[in-house]
Amino acid sequence: MVGIVVVSHSERAADGVAEVAIEMGGDAGIVPAGGGPDGGIGTLAPDIKAAIREADDGDGVVVLVDLGSAVMNAEIAIEAVEDEIDARIADAPLLEGALNAAVAAASGDTTVETVLEKAEEAREYRKLD
Amino acid sequence: MVDEHEQTAAVLDAVDAIADRIDAETDHLTDLDSAVGDADHGANMSRGFAAARDQTEDMADASPADVVKTVGTALISEVGGASGPLYGGSIMKASAALAEGLTEEATIEFAETYLETVQDRGDARPGDKTMVDALVPAVHTYRKSIEEDDLPPLTALSKAVDAAERGVNYTVPLRARKGRASYLGWRSVGHQDPGATSTLFILEELLDVAAEHLDGEVDRDATSPTIPDEDLEE
Repeated sequence: MVGIVVVSHSERAADGVAEVAIEMGGDAGIVPAGGGPDGGIGTLAPDIKAAIREADDGDGVVVLVDLGSAVMNAEIAIEAVEDEIDARIADAPLLEGALNAAVAAASGDTTVETVLEKAEEAREYRKLD
Repeated sequence: MVDEHEQTAAVLDAVDAIADRIDAETDHLTDLDSAVGDADHGANMSRGFAAARDQTEDMADASPADVVKTVGTALISEVGGASGPLYGGSIMKASAALAEGLTEEATIEFAETYLETVQDRGDARPGDKTMVDALVPAVHTYRKSIEEDDLPPLTALSKAVDAAERGVNYTVPLRARKGRASYLGWRSVGHQDPGATSTLFILEELLDVAAEHLDGEVDRDATSPTIPDEDLEE
């Protein structure tokens, strides 16, 4: 099954988004990677790399990110494991993207491409109307 | 070219000098970052280079490229902000250029790979009010000074640092288009970019250490024209 990693500048935000996503797609491997050194605000490539390894069961991983250094550190983490794991960053809002990805991954018979596509559909969601 | 052991000693001295300088400038960098960002640049850079110094202190017998690579991985692991991937990731990637030692050609390739990686990763261009505004003139000046003007590497580096200083000053009136400062829009105008500033500090320390190890004198003047005006030299 495709794994999911949730990257945020805040450890609690990453944990919280993962918590909501797990409720929707509990069977999927959803791993949070939030916060900088010493639990402060930030992101760390080694933490994201460890989360990708944990989330992967051989079918690849879709990585959801918040902004700025989360994107760059996720890229570095993905480059570090690219020989072993097919991991991709979803260009999607963090929470909505994680929910979509979780539901898609948990439905089984999916690939990294299809889970990525589902996550990125969340870009179009509107809250009103 | 001096032997590998001496090259590694120079690189280790540079790491030490940069760690000291960034530590001394922590509050200055934090002040700059409080105006346009999240006020973590000083602390992040200081923690990162302290870790880089710790992790390289027993590397006197390693190759210069391995020391530089270790600096990159230390920064990636210890800097929580965008500077971690930008500085650390780019140093790590560019370190491969030094595999055959610190030749003129290798230092040019290092500088250009570093700049290219920063631009790819951060997607920033000159004028976006980022470290790229210090790096682009520095790297281009370094290459041109060696390849076209036939200047010795130390003089070329000195001119590159002058160019970086002009680039840092140029960030002040710009409106930020990348990084956390871009969220401020027009309110970012009038503030000097923290990343460009820390880039200049690092280059200044590299120049000092290079001058020490090459027994050379450097004459810095950021107001001198990079391109000599032939008509004025009559």
